Amino acid sequence: MAFNGHQRDDDDIIDENETPSKQPRSDKEMPVHFRNEPNSESATTAGRATSDRRTSQSATRHRHDSVKKTRPPFPWFGMDIGGTLVKLVYFEPKDITAEEEQEEVENLKSIRRYLTSNTAYGKTGIRDVHLELQDLTLCGRKGNLHFIRFPTHDLPAFLQMGRDKHFSSLHTTLCATGGGAYKFESDFRMMADLELHKLDELDCLIRGVLYLDSVMSSGPSECYYFENPADPDHCVQKPCTLENPYPLLLVNIGSGVSILAVYSEDNYKRVTGTSLGGGTFLGLCCLLTGCSTFEEALEMASQGESTRVDKLVRDIYGGDYERFGLPGWAVASSFGNMMSKEKRESVSKEDLARATLVTITNNIGSITRMCALNENIETVLFVGNFLRVNTLSMKLLAYAMDYWSKGQLKALFLRHEGYFGAVGALLELLHPS
Amino acid sequence: MAECGRVDSNTSHTMDKSITLPPDEIFRNLENAKRFAIDIGGSLTKLAYYSTVQHKVAKVRSFDHTAKYSDISPPYLYEISMQEEVTARLHFIKFENAYIETCLDFIKDHLVNTETKVIKATGGGAHKFKELIERKLGLKVDKEDEMTCLIKGCNFVLRNIPHEAFVYAKHADSEFRFQTTNPDIFPYLLVNIGSGVSIVKVESEDKFERIGGSSIGGGTFWGLGALLTKTKRFDELLQLASKGQHASVDMLVKDIYGGSYGYLGLTGDLIASSFGKSATADKEFSKEDMAKSLLHMISNDIGQLACLYAKLHNLSRVYFGGFFIRGHPVTMHTITYSINFFTKGEVQALFLRHEGYLGAIGAFLKGAEEDNPNQYSWGENYAGSSGLMSVSPDMNPMQRARSGTFDMLEMDRLERQLVNLPLLQDPSSYIPDTVDLTEDAPAREYWLYCFEEALDGVVKRAVASQPDMPEAALRAEKFRQKYRHKLQTLRQQPFAYGSLTVRSLLDTREHCLNEFNFPDPYSKIKQRENDIALKYYQKAVKSLDELSWEEKQFALVRGVLAGNVFDWGAKAVSEPAFMPLGGQTDFCIFFFIPLSERPWLVDSYDQWLERLKGPPHKCALFFVDNSGVDIILGVMPFVRELLSRGTEVVLASNSGPALNDVTNGELQILTERIAAMDPVIEAGLREDRLLLVQSGSSSPCLDLRLVVLVCDSTSLLFPSRLDKVLAMVVRERQTDLVIIEGMGRAIHTNYYAMLSCESLKMAVIKNSWLADRLGGKLFSVVFKYEVPVGKPNKDCGAFSPC
Repeated sequence: MAFNGHQRDDDDIIDENETPSKQPRSDKEMPVHFRNEPNSESATTAGRATSDRRTSQSATRHRHDSVKKTRPPFPWFGMDIGGTLVKLVYFEPKDITAEEEQEEVENLKSIRRYLTSNTAYGKTGIRDVHLELQDLTLCGRKGNLHFIRFPTHDLPAFLQMGRDKHFSSLHTTLCATGGGAYKFESDFRMMADLELHKLDELDCLIRGVLYLDSVMSSGPSECYYFENPADPDHCVQKPCTLENPYPLLLVNIGSGVSILAVYSEDNYKRVTGTSLGGGTFLGLCCLLTGCSTFEEALEMASQGESTRVDKLVRDIYGGDYERFGLPGWAVASSFGNMMSKEKRESVSKEDLARATLVTITNNIGSITRMCALNENIETVLFVGNFLRVNTLSMKLLAYAMDYWSKGQLKALFLRHEGYFGAVGALLELLHPS
Repeated sequence: MAECGRVDSNTSHTMDKSITLPPDEIFRNLENAKRFAIDIGGSLTKLAYYSTVQHKVAKVRSFDHTAKYSDISPPYLYEISMQEEVTARLHFIKFENAYIETCLDFIKDHLVNTETKVIKATGGGAHKFKELIERKLGLKVDKEDEMTCLIKGCNFVLRNIPHEAFVYAKHADSEFRFQTTNPDIFPYLLVNIGSGVSIVKVESEDKFERIGGSSIGGGTFWGLGALLTKTKRFDELLQLASKGQHASVDMLVKDIYGGSYGYLGLTGDLIASSFGKSATADKEFSKEDMAKSLLHMISNDIGQLACLYAKLHNLSRVYFGGFFIRGHPVTMHTITYSINFFTKGEVQALFLRHEGYLGAIGAFLKGAEEDNPNQYSWGENYAGSSGLMSVSPDMNPMQRARSGTFDMLEMDRLERQLVNLPLLQDPSSYIPDTVDLTEDAPAREYWLYCFEEALDGVVKRAVASQPDMPEAALRAEKFRQKYRHKLQTLRQQPFAYGSLTVRSLLDTREHCLNEFNFPDPYSKIKQRENDIALKYYQKAVKSLDELSWEEKQFALVRGVLAGNVFDWGAKAVSEPAFMPLGGQTDFCIFFFIPLSERPWLVDSYDQWLERLKGPPHKCALFFVDNSGVDIILGVMPFVRELLSRGTEVVLASNSGPALNDVTNGELQILTERIAAMDPVIEAGLREDRLLLVQSGSSSPCLDLRLVVLVCDSTSLLFPSRLDKVLAMVVRERQTDLVIIEGMGRAIHTNYYAMLSCESLKMAVIKNSWLADRLGGKLFSVVFKYEVPVGKPNKDCGAFSPC
């Protein structure tokens, strides 16, 4: 976590009038100009073409022929190695011609088969089938995008697998982001003979978010919000799109939290961050309840009651603290009741898990709200794996944004919670910026 | 948010502990106590009351010299008498909740004559003890809003106590960096960390707003800490935390990146995810490490929110308080760290010395509104106050063992309201003290030793000043114990009363002497010396008048300097070997004082002489020093010369006694006597060109920010008729020269003071250590004549638009 982030002022070369703020929503392909390109498996990434993300459409089209040959060979991976989880996106081409099939080396087939025919890998690797994006056109190829995750501490097993499957013989470039891309770079080289192409995690995050929101897949909408956040009985999830999203506060809740102010596709700054994130929730839950997985912790939290653990305003003032407009139900002191021995003895593990979840979530909400005020931004987009299967936190955030801002702030969420960094890394492989 | 939590009502436990708490030492001056207020927090109770204190003051009264004494003349020119004076004092006492019942009993037994019917109460624990208080004291408990009390108290200490706020720097030479008092205290942000956190923006005395808060506060540290470590007490949790290593529990940037995240400038040691490493079922973590991680997590979080609020409201002064902070170096350090990190040093975390008393002070002020306590100035009484961290177990294990945990603050009502001397060039940057002993360890060592060594002499002098009182010896002994204890405390905690300075050491001694009814130990000596010196006045003036103009100017300066050597406060002079007057030596010695030859250590005499050749000053303000030779044979001839030149003179002397410094009362008598012998002085008084004013101080040093208002512009026959503000006098008379004399006023303090008009600082260094420090020898002379930059040397009124 850190404070003032960094302003991408190195990108200020763009003439805004000429730059599309966003990929055309109507087109499923990512970069339109890659349509109908010939296969060129032999092309390498060595001579990367300059980015066309920032140049005008006309200029881009003009350059088409020169970039045609830059489509990288399969397999296409994007990887995000975080503090807790490794997120992997894999593009499975579905338009392989017979000719291609024949030329395809055995390793490549084996990898494809292994990843697509399983939903779990080893003890801890999981493919989020429900997130899979089908019939996607990427770089002129049609296929499915798969979303896979496994704990960072199992990275050695992954590397071992890569070695066993002779991954390095494919001469692919592995685009990786997240801190682990730096930390484990030498492990990739030594254990799996793989060179990583390291990418900044915030660049990838934003790229991934904007891309996934722009591809209209056949499935449910990527972006959604909660209607009636203040009313639990009528609080429902509603789809929406990120149309005219700027300025946007992007809150990425992984192990820790980063908060970015995004002004355009490539103009953003890291406003601040906090170390109280998903890792804190899980870490404290493990210590307090003896659980060991995020799912377990969430399950317990869903059954607990945080008001037995937290001290509320009404516990102190008997009701609302009117002098300062504090409602009686507001938490005055997280874990405040646990100062008393009797109360410590009377709470359940579920209560503790719930209180931990509520504490961490509210705190993120509170810091987010202050950043939104300081940056004068009204749209907040929450992403990150802390929100995976965590409707409780999402509703809490939606409510907190709405309540404390008196309806000014709107909280938005994305279906592919934690995979944007990995998607951004994949995009970088296909379309280097 | 309210401070809540453990309230121990185990009575047998209470009885057991009460033996160690000495209530008579704590609840002082209860007989006349009124207006009680109480603030009951989670573990500590703070009691406040107003009382009056009777103490002796020394008064001087002139014998009637108008009667014709041809043969019988009185033995001295004035008589000294002790009078009882009543002053107002505020008492604030802090003790553990466990003692509350014993304390209430004690108060009930000792409360004699009080018309008090109500006790103001605040704090989270107030309602729990409501019934007990009403039953024990027979007073009606009147609850006051906690936050309102807190803010009221905060405003009060910020306005009245110099060096109230400080910055904490764990690894600096002095951990506590006290802030200079700024009369402009608003706006500020108060972050109160109780069980939760309240962030309050204070804009004026009556206008404040809770702009935000957080539920992650002291209660979270305590509650979550108790769950994680099975440690029940808050203090113990902090101790655990101070021994732990958070990196084993927290996920750092380097745990994710293998090093720093250079792109964003995040260093590897930053915490990326608090408790991020404990997300595993198969590893044990030590209590210490978990407590440390928790402390960091909470402090960082609070710091971050505070910064976000400060930024949003554009505030740079952020004070932290609440039980999470109170006297705990560990939490002050982590909060400071967090604020520095999040604001990149733009905002400093400020803490308050009397933070624990804010609620009680505020509740008291609420109850005392009809007395209008805010219209007075109040000063911390060093004798009756415990000082910062007196109850901190890390800081002061001795005191904690000696008695129960308690802490006191006493404040005296100052008779005058104090304001800045209008001639200060920049009041906001003015620091009276030349050396901050909190930061200068060798100097601190020396001066503490020096004061300790001088203690025997002071005790002897005190006893000798009251020959008719047989119990004086016993009182003097008590004084010795008290002052020695203060010195010991200051050795351990130099920061106890704010910045430690020679001035504060001297003032503390005066407060302790007063405490035991030794209002003026030097009164007899001063009387005798004034008497002797007066006899030589005419002779001195005559010999000066015989000199040429230029010789005379030098002789006058030399006279002031030589006179200043007669100083009972100075180490070298108070030794028996050097007692020219006390030993009844012929007065001629005055002219043979071992002054060093020119050029002096600091010597701008030539510039001064040049200036004197120019037009006269309009008005000189002269802060005088010692009685006897100094004032009579040194200062008065100098004043006489100024008057002759056509310069008006305002003589500022101490309001109350300090060492052998001449007091305003004495000076009035002396001036009257001199006027009888000297037509120049007489005319000066008559024509109102010579004015005697009180400096407002009872200290051998001088703080120009806190100079008086009241002065007595008289006519000696009608003393104290006209109260005029010194500040006003200075303005009205267009003072264009300030003269400050003596070690205490011109060296220990004000040496670097920048004035907006010409100034002259004169002193003889009568302490060999100090002389050595300044690069001189014993009896080196400082003669510092300064003209403010941009002012022409000649003919420049202080407020003329040049």
